[in-house]
This record gives sequence, structure tokens and C-alpha cells, in this order.
Amino acid sequence: MSNAAIVDHNVPPGEPPHIHHMDTPTAYGAAKLGMWLFLATEILLFAVMFCSFAIMRYYHLHEFHEASHHLDLRAGALNTAILLFSSYTAAVAVTKAQMGDNRGVVKNFTYSLLCGFGFLIVKSYEYTHKAHEGMFPFVWNSDFYHYKNFLGLYFCMTGLHALHVIIGMAIMFWYGIRPARNNRFSGKYYTPVELSALYWHLVDLIWIYLFPLLYLVG
Amino acid sequence: MSAHASTAHGNDEVNYLNWKTGIWSWLTSTDHKRICFLYLFAIMIFFIGGGIAALIMRTELAFAGPTIIKDPHLYNILFTMHGVFMIFLFVVPGIPATLGNFLIPLMIGAKDVAFPRLNLFSFYVYVIGALIGGYAMLNPVDTGWTFYAPYSTTTNTSVSLMVFAAFVLGFSSILTGLNFIVTIHQLRAPGMTWMRLPVFVWASYATAVIQTVATPVVGMTLLLVIAERAFGAGIFDPTKGGDPVLMEHLFWFYSHPVVYIMVLPAFGVVGEIIPVFSRKPLFGYKMVVISSMAIAAVGFIVWAHHMFVAGISDFSAKFFSIVTFLVAIPTAVKVFNWVSTMYKGSISFKTPMLYAMAFVFLFMVAGTTGIYLAMLGVDVYYHDTYFVVAHFHYTIQGGAVIGLIAALHFWFPKMTGKIYSERMARIAFAFLFFGFNLTFIPQFILGMDGMPRRYYDYPVQYQTLHTISTIGAYLNGFGYTFALVNLLWTAKFGKVKAPRNPYNSTSLEWQTASPPVHENFETTPVVDHDPYNYGTHSHA
Repeated sequence: MSNAAIVDHNVPPGEPPHIHHMDTPTAYGAAKLGMWLFLATEILLFAVMFCSFAIMRYYHLHEFHEASHHLDLRAGALNTAILLFSSYTAAVAVTKAQMGDNRGVVKNFTYSLLCGFGFLIVKSYEYTHKAHEGMFPFVWNSDFYHYKNFLGLYFCMTGLHALHVIIGMAIMFWYGIRPARNNRFSGKYYTPVELSALYWHLVDLIWIYLFPLLYLVG
Repeated sequence: MSAHASTAHGNDEVNYLNWKTGIWSWLTSTDHKRICFLYLFAIMIFFIGGGIAALIMRTELAFAGPTIIKDPHLYNILFTMHGVFMIFLFVVPGIPATLGNFLIPLMIGAKDVAFPRLNLFSFYVYVIGALIGGYAMLNPVDTGWTFYAPYSTTTNTSVSLMVFAAFVLGFSSILTGLNFIVTIHQLRAPGMTWMRLPVFVWASYATAVIQTVATPVVGMTLLLVIAERAFGAGIFDPTKGGDPVLMEHLFWFYSHPVVYIMVLPAFGVVGEIIPVFSRKPLFGYKMVVISSMAIAAVGFIVWAHHMFVAGISDFSAKFFSIVTFLVAIPTAVKVFNWVSTMYKGSISFKTPMLYAMAFVFLFMVAGTTGIYLAMLGVDVYYHDTYFVVAHFHYTIQGGAVIGLIAALHFWFPKMTGKIYSERMARIAFAFLFFGFNLTFIPQFILGMDGMPRRYYDYPVQYQTLHTISTIGAYLNGFGYTFALVNLLWTAKFGKVKAPRNPYNSTSLEWQTASPPVHENFETTPVVDHDPYNYGTHSHA
């Protein structure tokens, strides 16, 4: 069990002492537990849409099948590959941080970041294409009226996922790359890198479910 | 440890209230004890706002026919405002964000919560949500607090803004819950094992789990309502192939567990108060803990009992009816624990004890009428009548709000270092308790007679009971005002200083100064006993 009595007093000047009241292992454990709990809430956030998808698909099975064929399978597959690779580099960044290799953190998180940009470019290409075809955003006025339930969920799910990609990139930059450039990480302190990578893995994981659900099964 | 009680009175020394001064030092404070007060003032604004809305409605309903409200639409707005303010802005953050913030670190012997800055951040997220909600009231929402589709997806009032406000408030609630879970896991003082945690901490833990797990679901559901309104996403709107019952399922998947977010902390409060004023150990500590966790768990699988007449299948109706009955078991276990704790105890009827005993009584009424509503056949008749209104007010006001008021009185000496006038507090209690019952007992009868909820007018045959209910509401409102003014006045002008441990309690938060020092304890405590060691020689 943790011991709140032991405090390492590296309190930055001007900050009240209770902010840094945990010793290093306790702080690490707390941060990690907090992140896992937060990831659980993120999964539940998406669970609502997965659940809605299941029910809507049950109601409109035929339309869901047809509408799914209008998605660009190659773009989706490309994005899956991009995100899988970015998750790999994020994992490597954690290992580098644990070894105290700050340059390695910067390098691997930058790869992940570039992958994130790549993902967003492909996604916006897909959205533009859909808008061009008249499927987005006011689908009920177009020829694709009977696909509206599928498309509504498609845009909600991928839209919220894209937002998470952006947030994940911001986190990796702010809590990973920026401090690593100041050589902040060592074998004793790498919590932010690990947590950023965890978040990025979640973003990847959700896409791993979205891709087959939307593009393949339909 | 009670040996300290006579030695130090802490008030003349530096404490968390005076170690920094100025409004800015409060608004930017990451100290959990100060954040408790930030929340307290913020939620009280909405308690007053929601209370005024309720009194306007009761005034309208005092006599049959339109009286002060000429426009039924305005009545719809008022009950929406009452519901949204009381649920999302007052009762949900109610005990956890105020007393939970103040007490959890003190009770487990920590210097603060695990993430102090996140704690302050979650307060400002709450403020942003409240401001968006207030702005939405410029084009007031008239859907009721449940935002049921398809009305919520078609009405041209500012539903989108209001549900977004609820989403933001939910985010604040998640962050608070997450912070508490991590705090309780990681920051217990040496010797503070799980089975030595005060039951308030256990209740807060169960609450925090529900906050963290259930809130994202309603958050996303409300975002989908916005998507439905903005883009016609076709998820909830039946004219576009969506399913409004799906929206109700998702909504109640959160909004039923939220009842336990409101009332579990109050269970914890009562579990703290009763042993202290009975001078006996809490009866069946382990069962209290297990029942808290059981309520949190079972609470997740009962949601569709709100929807027995919404066209769900017979099979699911039966399932949800049976599991709803199951909730009665852990709840009844708690009642037995409280009553057994008092049995043959040396009871002193101080104000917090009066509130705690009122809570047990009111919650029994709430629980037993809940059994009626869990019965499928009976519910078809009672659904959407005043019987339901009375039932959930006994739960939420008689449970959660009375629990909050009890807690404010009980821990007031610790929080402010002052002692309030016992006589004034008891007078307030009398008005509050009598007024509350006078308001809602007639509503049970009205419901049995078939008076539907959410109507601003009614046939003359209901008038007598409605008039009595309105008189009760005014007495109740007066009781709350009296109680809160008494506490505020004492906090500001009170002369009697509180000792460390005015009740001779054995739990940890009373062993430090009143009010506590900035970092809670002079030295980190080492815990070597259970939280309710009454009746042993050192405390007899």
C-alpha cells in the first residue's frame, strides 16, 4: 500500500505544496490508474454509438449493406495501416523513454504525429468525396435518402474518432515531444510518454473496430 | 486520539481558511477544502433557482384553473428548469463535489486528492456547463429534464445548447469521480486498510464508480440528440427511421444509476452520523460496505423500469421489474444497519442526528413506494402520476438533499471552526421535515386518485390536496432558507469556536484542527483502529 507520508520535495517555487504531495511511485500509480479510468470512459462514449449501430443495422439491414458499399474501402484500409504503424512507433517511444533516450521519444512520436496527419488527410479526402456525391451533411435532400441512418452514424462515429485523433496528436506533442526536447525523461520518470501512448493506442483501437464495422460488414 | 481534543483549538493558528486571503486565492485554489466551498456556493445558486421555480409551480397549482401562470408553455419551461437545475446542477454534484471533496482526503489521512489541479479544472468545467445552461434558458427549453425524442429533436427551443450544457456538466462529474477513485486507491494513510475506511468513503467510492462509468453514456446520447437536430442523423427520430425508445434506453442507462450517484453519498453521511450520536460502533460495517457496492452494481441493470409503458417487450419488462425488486435488498440491509446501530445506544438528539433519523424515515417511504412502482401492473396505473412525483421527491429530496443538509450541519464545525446555534438549527429542521411531508404525502394520494404529472391545471376535485401540498412547499422552502441562513450567519458572525473534536468522534477527520491546516494534518496520521471504535474504554 502506498504511503502518503513520504514526499520528495522538488516543489517548483510559487506552487502550493499540496500539489506535489505524492512520492514518485505513488504519483506514477495514480497517473496510470487515472488514465485507464479515463480510457474506460472513452470506450463507453463510443459504446453508445456501437450500440446504436447494432440496433439501426437490425432495423435497416438491407440499406446498411448497400450504403456500406459506397464507402471507399481502399481509403479505409490505408488508414488502418497508417494507424497500426503509428501505434507501433508510439510503443517504441515508450521504450525509448524508459531507456532515457529523449531523442528517440521525439523521433518516434514525430512518426506517430505524421501518421496522424496522414490519417486526417485521407479522412478529409473521403469526407470531401462524400460531400461531392451529396451524402453529407444533409443527406435527406439527396438521392441517398434511404442510406441516411447508416450515413448519420458513419459521420458521427468517424467524426468523433477524428476528433480523438486530433486530441491524441495534441497530447503526444504537448506531453511527449515538447518535454523530450528538453531532456525531461529518464528511466525514473517517463509517465507522460506512457500515458500519451496509451491514449494513442485507444484511438487506434477504436478505429480497428470502426473499420470492419463500417467498411467491411456494413 | 481524543486526548488531543482538550489541548488545541486551532482557530488562532494558521489554517486552510486564512493561510492565503483574497477572492483570487479562493478562485484559483487547488486545495480540496476550498474547492468544496467553490462548489457549495455554485450549486446553492441553482438550488435556490430550482427551488423558486418549484414554488412558482406550486403557487399556480394551489387552486384549480389558471392563476398566476396564464400560459401552459411557461409551466413546461418551469418544470424543465426545476428538473435541469435540481438534477444536473445541484443534486448530482451535491454531496460528492462538496462534502466528498472536503472529507475524502481528511478521512483517509491524505494531504489532498490525487490530482488537485484536475479537481479545480473540473470545477471550472462545471461553471462553463452552468453558463451554457443559463444561456440556453434565454430561449427556454420545454422538454422536461429527460429530453425525450422525438419532441426534443423537433421543438424549436434551444434544446441543443441545453443538452450540450448537460454533456459538459457530465464531463465535470466524470473528472471528479475519476479523481476520487484514484485518491482512495493510492493515498490512504499508513494503516488505513480498505476495511478501516469510513463508510462515507466507501459510499463515495461506489458513487465515483457510477459517475465514471455511467456518465459517458448519457453524454454521447445527448451529443447524438444534437446530431439529430443539426444533421438529421436518423438515430432517434422515428420519421427518419430512428428509434425514440433507443434514446430512452440510453438516457436511463445513465439516469437511473444517477439516482444512486445522488443518494449513495447520503447513505454514507448517515452511516457516519448515527454511530457518533449513538455512541456505538456501526452495526455490520462489512454489510454496509457490501451493500453500497451492490447498489452500485445492481443499479446498472434496472434502467428500463422507467419505460414499462414505452412499448418495451413483455420479457424485458419482467426482467427489469425483477431486478428492480433486487435493489430493495441492499437498501433494506442499510436501513437495518442504521436502526441496529441505534438500538440500545446512548442517543443524543443533536441536529445532525435529527436529520439522519429523518433521512432513514423518508428513505423508507421512498423505498417502499418504489416497490409499488417496480410492479408491472401497478406501474401501468401509477405511471406519470403524482405518485411517481412524490416517490422520487422522497428519494431525491428526502434522501439526497436531506443528506446534504445533515452533512453540512455535522461537519460544519470542522469546515468553518465555528459552532452554530442548536436551537435555530432545530427550528429549521422542524419546518423542513414537517413541510416536506406536508408537500408530498398529499401528492401520493393525488397520484392514487389519478392526477397526472406535468399539468398546470386540474379538475376541482383535486383542489384540497393541491392546496395542502402548496402550503407544505412554502413551509419546506422556509425550512431550507432558515437552515442555510443559520449556517451562513454562523460561518460569518458566529462567536463560538469549535474544538477539534466536538462530538468525540473516532474517525480521522476529527483528529486534526478545526478548521484543518492547509495540508490537513500536522503529521501524517498512522491508523491502528477501526473507524467506529465507540464503547471501548478510551472513548466511553
